[in-house]
Amino acid sequence: MNLLDLVIALPALGFVLALLMPRTQENAIKMLALGVSLATFVLSLGLVNGFQSGQTGQQFVTDNIWIASPEIHWHVGIDGLSLWLVILSTFLTPIAILLSWKAIHDRAKEFSAFVLLLEFGLVGVFAAWDLFLFYVFWEVVLVPMYFLIGIWGHDRRIYAAVKFFLYTMAGSVLMLAGIIFIYLRVGTFDYVQILAAISSGHAMLTHTEETLLFLAFFLAFAIKVPLFPLHTWLPDAHVEAPTAGSVMLASVMLKMGTYGLVRFCLPMFPTAARENASWIVALAIIGIVYGGLVALVQPNMKKLVAYSSVSHLGFVVLGIFSFTQIGLDGAVYQMLNHGISTGALFLLVGFLYERRHSLAIADFGGVATVAPWLSIMFLVTTLASIGLPTLNNFVGEFMVLQGSAQANFSWTVFASLGVIISACYMLWMYQRVFFGETNEEVKHHVPDLSLREWACVIPLVVMMVWMGMYSQSFLPVVSEANAKILDQSKMNVPLRVAAPRMTEHAPPDLSRPPVTAAAAGGRADAR
Amino acid sequence: MPASFAPSAADLLRYAPETVLTVAGTLLMVLDPLFAKKSPKLFGHLSIAAFLVAIVAAFQANGAQGLAFSNLLIVDGFATYFRVLVLIIGIVTVLLSYRYLDREQAETGEYHALLLFSVSGQCLMVASNDLMMVFIGLEISSIATYILAGYLRDDKRNNEAALKYFLLGSFATAFMLYGVALIYGATGTTKLDEIRAALLTRGADAWFPMVGIAAALMFVGLAFKVSAAPFQVWAPDVYQGAPAPVSVFMATAPKAAAFAIFLRIFTTAFNQIAGGWEPLVWISALLSMTIGNFAALTQTNLKRMLAYSSIAHAGYVLVALASHSDDGTAGAMFYLAAYALMNLGAFAVVIHISGKGEKHVRIEDLAGLARRQPVTAALLTVFLLSLIGVPLTGGFFGKFYIFRAALQSNLVWLAVLGLLNSAVAAYYYLRLLVVMYMHEPGDVVENLEPLTPGLRAALILPAIGIFYLGVAPGAVLSFAKLSSSFVR
Repeated sequence: MNLLDLVIALPALGFVLALLMPRTQENAIKMLALGVSLATFVLSLGLVNGFQSGQTGQQFVTDNIWIASPEIHWHVGIDGLSLWLVILSTFLTPIAILLSWKAIHDRAKEFSAFVLLLEFGLVGVFAAWDLFLFYVFWEVVLVPMYFLIGIWGHDRRIYAAVKFFLYTMAGSVLMLAGIIFIYLRVGTFDYVQILAAISSGHAMLTHTEETLLFLAFFLAFAIKVPLFPLHTWLPDAHVEAPTAGSVMLASVMLKMGTYGLVRFCLPMFPTAARENASWIVALAIIGIVYGGLVALVQPNMKKLVAYSSVSHLGFVVLGIFSFTQIGLDGAVYQMLNHGISTGALFLLVGFLYERRHSLAIADFGGVATVAPWLSIMFLVTTLASIGLPTLNNFVGEFMVLQGSAQANFSWTVFASLGVIISACYMLWMYQRVFFGETNEEVKHHVPDLSLREWACVIPLVVMMVWMGMYSQSFLPVVSEANAKILDQSKMNVPLRVAAPRMTEHAPPDLSRPPVTAAAAGGRADAR
Repeated sequence: MPASFAPSAADLLRYAPETVLTVAGTLLMVLDPLFAKKSPKLFGHLSIAAFLVAIVAAFQANGAQGLAFSNLLIVDGFATYFRVLVLIIGIVTVLLSYRYLDREQAETGEYHALLLFSVSGQCLMVASNDLMMVFIGLEISSIATYILAGYLRDDKRNNEAALKYFLLGSFATAFMLYGVALIYGATGTTKLDEIRAALLTRGADAWFPMVGIAAALMFVGLAFKVSAAPFQVWAPDVYQGAPAPVSVFMATAPKAAAFAIFLRIFTTAFNQIAGGWEPLVWISALLSMTIGNFAALTQTNLKRMLAYSSIAHAGYVLVALASHSDDGTAGAMFYLAAYALMNLGAFAVVIHISGKGEKHVRIEDLAGLARRQPVTAALLTVFLLSLIGVPLTGGFFGKFYIFRAALQSNLVWLAVLGLLNSAVAAYYYLRLLVVMYMHEPGDVVENLEPLTPGLRAALILPAIGIFYLGVAPGAVLSFAKLSSSFVR
């Protein structure tokens, strides 16, 4: 049992312990949940510490047989791509627990247990290297989130929770069919072996099969991302979820989709991924612009942030399907950025809601005069979200745009519109909520940040600045992993490189741009 | 072989589970007048003891695998698997029934005796190697179940259910018997292995179209018994009308036994004409899944909803049958076990909340259960998640094995449609979760009695079983895989 196993197992243990505690001990249960999640976070920092830069392939590997026949392994490990997503999950879970300390009194025991179960699933998703195990974690995540939205959510919570569950379920059953199909073809669920079989041609996938499999996986991931036009569950789920649910949903769960695209869709189905890239990018750009425009007219703060997520995740998909090193790096970085900054936005909106019991922008105004610190923190987050230089989102968006420009400049032109729109809706919301006349309700019911709330906000703001100022702390290992994925994702395509371009939305240029020096050794390990 | 009046010791050993159950059932009838007033629970305890002894006997019999009684019976891993499964279902049914019979002030002696007889019929059925034995087992099982379905004589719905079940069940048995007669007419034998050999040596075309018609008739009879579409129409009415413990018993034990013999007959005797019956099963599987799931979406009565869901689950098992492979058989075996456990658990909650006269069986009656009895609600959640097919539960692995077998046999469309069906099904199971967790407690839940020990056991044991099948399915699966090779 290595460190990674511990990081996965600890939340599960906490889940069981929380269920065993008597429900009257509300504070003790919350303390337990907080303690467990903090301990998990500290342990996960050990992963960063022990992570060997410059090595290809996964680290902290455990590979034991779970079920003998069909052979399913407990195969977990992390590479540069999953490392930061695991950290993001363990980083945000204690914050999610802390921020709901006051808001959740009803059935606090179940709440704490579900948050820990959610963390277990999330970390597992990012660490699994066995397709079956991945699917198990993927589905495990669904259950606690369903309950978080459905029990502790707002008025239309039930509708939102059921919609969320069904949408995701519908997508993932087809992925299950795809996983089984691959298993039958390759004879293993082990992802390393599957990749080796596919790249060496042992899998013998025909072109149609590859396309269908790609679509089966892609649909599951695109629903989770969510990619326009599959995004309709997201505003409902976000608006109705309790603050902790929104934070976890926006910050980490959406990344399951984009992570899946990078981890599985690109390397396993390189040809199909490139052939379908043009319409996927088109949908991503539509999502960027559409999400921004819809956010602009939202009267509800949470819904506004939710639609801004659709827009931001469009950037991530654009970066991924630009098939360039810098675009992919930017996409992964943007996953983390979005996790931090949108998480912070939902958190701060949640604080406002706890004070005023309303999410409507019109019910606020002049908050800056009564709660200056809250306003400053909100301002920093807003600026981060719209991509102000020196704050985190700028780095990611810039890299994505650069990558997409390398692939096809017209994409960049349209996508850049999203950046402008995001400035409009965020700043306009900020103006209406924090400036202007202070109304009576706000004057009496909106105190400034409490100590507990500070403790939630500060880590996020620190991360925004850190990730904006010194991305080199994070990017090199990501680049290494991405270089390898890009490498794998073009193995089957040498024939297609030579093919003449027939449409104007031709697949992007396949010649890889110069990669960072650290990534130079990135060739698939032939395991 | 010279006729001998004394069966050999090995034969008796192979027949031991049925013997134990029959003796125990008869004993219960004798004890009934003596203890019925004094200690009504005694009969339940005795039946559980009998089931446990029968399980031991079934394992002992498995140690001496082989044919018995002039090749009428066959004891192999396949038979043992299903014997143990129906015996376990019997135990949980008894646990479920304590509270129910007590609440309805029903007599317990006959009830448990009938239950024992019914299970003995199912044990016989799954171990038969001869169509006549199949018929006898089927009838022992069915007649006892007909009576159980109408056990509360004064209840109108019980009577209706029993009558419907009896009439339609008799029809189905007649179809089955007609098929047996045609097979006998064609091949001159009713033994499964001999039919197989006859079809193999002379080819099915030699008796065209007699064998085909016979297979189709037997398919109709068995499809009725497992409530597969288009012969499912009786199931919702009967499951809704019968006493709840009997409903769940009907939905699990006779169904498992019927599927067992379905698998045995069609993959051994009719293996030769697989090209003929596979499309039938394919269509029936798709119809069952689709009709079951879509009809369940609109139900407001819990028992009726679970009845439709059981039709859908029969469809999943038929997918395994349609894939016609060892993996398919093993998948069906595994799924039937998981299905039985989750259905038993779900019905245990229904029995718990329904109250005297089963007044509270609407879905809304579960409202707020999680607030007043969180453990009950959590256990029902486990069963529902398993019915949906969420990982780490037995239901998920069952579905996984079944659809893997289907894809392996190139039934891509059936697998995809089946998987999409299971996403549809999620909706109506989620409705129960919504009502339990997200609605405020209603009158029913506010006035709910605490769980009785019997019901608690009937909830916890299946839940443990479901997690066992979901987290460590290896042992059961490898046994099923091993046994599946006996029927091909």
